[in-house]
Amino acid sequence: MEKETWIDGMMMKGKVYVAGDNVVSSLGFTSEENFAHLKKMETGVKQYNDASLWMEPLMASRVDDVRLEREFAKLGSSEGFTRLEKMMLVSATAALSENKKIDISSSRTLIIVSSTKGNIELLDKEEGKRFEKKRLYLWETAAQVARFMGNPNKPLVVSNACISGVLAIILAKRLLDEGKYDTMVVIGADSLTKFVVSGFQSFKAVSNEVAKPYDAKRTGISLGEGCGTMVLTNDETKLNDAERILVMGGASSNDANHISGPSRTGDGLQMAIEKTLSEAMMPAEEIDFISGHGTATQFNDDMESLAVANTQLGAVPMNSLKSYFGHTLGAAGIIESVMGVHSMRQNTLIGTYNFEELGVPATVNIIKDTRAEEVNNCLKTAAGFGGCNAAVLFEKLTSRARA
Amino acid sequence: MENTTKITAACVIENGKVYVNSKLDFAAEGSATSLDFLKAAYTHYQLNYPKFYKMDSLCKLAMVASELLMRTNRINEKYASEAIALIIANGASSLEIDTEHQVSIADEANFFPSPAVFVYTLPNILIGEIAIRNKIKGENTFFIFDTFDEDFIHSYTDSLMNNDKAKCVIAGWVDFYEDKYRAFLYTVERTNEGEAHTTTNINKLIDNKLNFERN
Repeated sequence: MEKETWIDGMMMKGKVYVAGDNVVSSLGFTSEENFAHLKKMETGVKQYNDASLWMEPLMASRVDDVRLEREFAKLGSSEGFTRLEKMMLVSATAALSENKKIDISSSRTLIIVSSTKGNIELLDKEEGKRFEKKRLYLWETAAQVARFMGNPNKPLVVSNACISGVLAIILAKRLLDEGKYDTMVVIGADSLTKFVVSGFQSFKAVSNEVAKPYDAKRTGISLGEGCGTMVLTNDETKLNDAERILVMGGASSNDANHISGPSRTGDGLQMAIEKTLSEAMMPAEEIDFISGHGTATQFNDDMESLAVANTQLGAVPMNSLKSYFGHTLGAAGIIESVMGVHSMRQNTLIGTYNFEELGVPATVNIIKDTRAEEVNNCLKTAAGFGGCNAAVLFEKLTSRARA
Repeated sequence: MENTTKITAACVIENGKVYVNSKLDFAAEGSATSLDFLKAAYTHYQLNYPKFYKMDSLCKLAMVASELLMRTNRINEKYASEAIALIIANGASSLEIDTEHQVSIADEANFFPSPAVFVYTLPNILIGEIAIRNKIKGENTFFIFDTFDEDFIHSYTDSLMNNDKAKCVIAGWVDFYEDKYRAFLYTVERTNEGEAHTTTNINKLIDNKLNFERN
């Protein structure tokens, strides 16, 4: 059955396809390079002794500066961009370079930026001297990216804590369904700064070892940085390869419970998952894979297990990539979605690095070791400060018989 | 006209004045700082929500505006908690409290980052505070614009309502940075009453010139 809706007298087809993607992280500068490391279960989290970030040794996932500069130099640009903007430009350019049918200069292409903190390091007096003050504003960061990429539209910026990336994908899908645009370039990025490290340290939320998502012995998050880009289109002729990966739907919700702690019952995330499955007309028993949020804090992973079990998804293979990339904040939802898409393309379920023994209140099926398995769809979930939750569902077009 | 989206209530806070449905409701122009003004408004309206004092300035502003909006239009008595969406934007994100956190980490000899400050260093925390206070559980997204993009917010609000993602949307702008502030929040519902939900009327309500009296 094909979904059709009427909006403002125009007929829309609710098909939104993934048309390109990229990940820039500690594990590489292309999606393939990143995914190859995940398949081998190699983490990008390691120990840093860098006083500019934290006065003690810090476990974190960082983008290699030398390589970032080298990749950025290839774009033929002069100086004048922050480190975060360089990650965004390198990632978005790489995603677009793989699909020549996408026209970034078209008025029907829109850029959506997802970030929690943008160029926050410019608040530092020394760092701040290098750029105009307005570069602190996320709308200016997005405008810089759009200008460099040669896109004529004013970009949208979503800044909604750790669900920003998933929300940006949901927003892109909805805007494509409205028909005003045919292509969305969704770019999620955050960089690792003293600002963020000191804040999470003050919460005593950072683990001294590589994060252990959903594990009985988990002791907190690993922080990370990076950029993910996902190109989405409602125009099938703009696709490169035969395989069709669709964004089927998504939803957000709020716990209305606490600003820094998740719901104890998982009801908010449960609602976002239920609305997502309902929009996609996907029964829970047909879900093949859940790419979880899995920050490895006590409360988040507990909450997530309840939400997943209460939506009858407890038996579905599930992982968290936070022990590979660290928590990349506004980039996380996009980086993890891109990796989920590659799990579908390569029919490979990625094991959760550092996971040993389940330690959450409801039974969930955490993938321990990477394995080959048919993956026809991927449910990506996220939760964040401010009590927010989000879920989005990707599916291979050929996977489900549609009458 | 039934079955079209309507602007049903609005609260605007700027320049030491509070407007409800385009009418001046409270003024404390003599306030020494923006924060003093917000505290004066809190006292004047007897908001009686002690958590207010723990909040950063951005959330305090959001709290006063949302409380007055909800007093004027009791949407949480009309709709299920998950049917109300919060679509709010600003220009400066959480830079006001970000600066406070930055001060606490700038000096190695005087290093005192605090979780009570850091938790507010995200703009969507104000959505969380409004959600907690009013038990709102629906769609929520925080956008950052250089200036309020009424065309986008208008079309996204209608899209959420047309596609049954929300039965009521609280939309608007809440911005506080470097002692400058501005907030406007309004409700959009599908109802016979209220003013047509158009970008023209959104701009009128921002200027306190939308006539809510006709209905």
